[in-house]
Amino acid sequence: MHELSITQSMLDLVLRQAEEAGAEKVEKINLVLGEMTGVVGRCVQFYFDFLSKGTPAEGAALNFKEIPTTARCRNCGKDFELGEFDWTCPHCQSNNIEITGGKELYVESIEVE
Amino acid sequence: MEIKVVKDILGANDQIAQKNRQLFDSHKNFVVNVMASPGAGKTSLIMETIKRLKGKVKMGVVEGDISSSLDAEAISQEDVPVVQINTGGECHLDANMTASALGDLPLADIELLLIENVGNLVCPAEFKIGEDIRVLISSTPEGDDKPYKYPLMFHEADAVLINKVDLLPYVRFDVDAFAKAIKGINRRAKIFPVSCTTGQGIDDWVEWLLGLMGQR
Repeated sequence: MHELSITQSMLDLVLRQAEEAGAEKVEKINLVLGEMTGVVGRCVQFYFDFLSKGTPAEGAALNFKEIPTTARCRNCGKDFELGEFDWTCPHCQSNNIEITGGKELYVESIEVE
Repeated sequence: MEIKVVKDILGANDQIAQKNRQLFDSHKNFVVNVMASPGAGKTSLIMETIKRLKGKVKMGVVEGDISSSLDAEAISQEDVPVVQINTGGECHLDANMTASALGDLPLADIELLLIENVGNLVCPAEFKIGEDIRVLISSTPEGDDKPYKYPLMFHEADAVLINKVDLLPYVRFDVDAFAKAIKGINRRAKIFPVSCTTGQGIDDWVEWLLGLMGQR
């Protein structure tokens, strides 16, 4: 459900960037979504199709780069992907870990005409 | 033509949250964002906190709900300034909604502002509102697997209150396993087992809160 306000914020940001570049049309939007944010690409697409109507971004293709939740073990220093129901280091079984990826939620680039 | 952007989608929200923060700072308000799933005990915790601190700390409350003003009415019985935000379908408070409610509160006369977010374990974690701390309530009947299902929320919390511990004999909830899962990814989180029904643990929570307020 948070996708509605997130998509609106994303569209505002993209339109501002396109206007600053003097672009008439946005053709593609490259987005980076971290797994932890719980943002669902399919929902963003649905809201985007609706919200972008009549704007220079109407019809733009959305490209989602999904980033898994990753962590670094504070005990052995190794990096790993976080398991679904197991938050221990697969190398040394320590549960003292630091989240290093998966919180991303940004527009990486846009392609305009 | 490709344009590099690399900007946070919620940057606009963060900027408004920063403005809220400045407003709170100018009035020396300590602001707590209370988050939990529906029914975990957000309003009950706020009520218990008010009862403990009445006469010692000047408080105010913002109630965020999708609809209705039931919670605000309950709080107003305690003679504390309260303002209701109805989000009209949005599943979280954002910085702008929060800002719109602040004009209706006597901020200059408030030391502790408790903001009850919309009942939800996903969206509120994304939206900063200008708070000092984020508090998450997880109640025992919800089960001890919640950190694994909503990692962002547990990762962002400054304190986690395990509410309804008086029900522990009747529900499946392993307090140690739950605390261990949280502590693994979020070492700074303080964990308080409490019951808003029996009052167990509430004094510890309130004392911790007062300690934080005293540090500012």
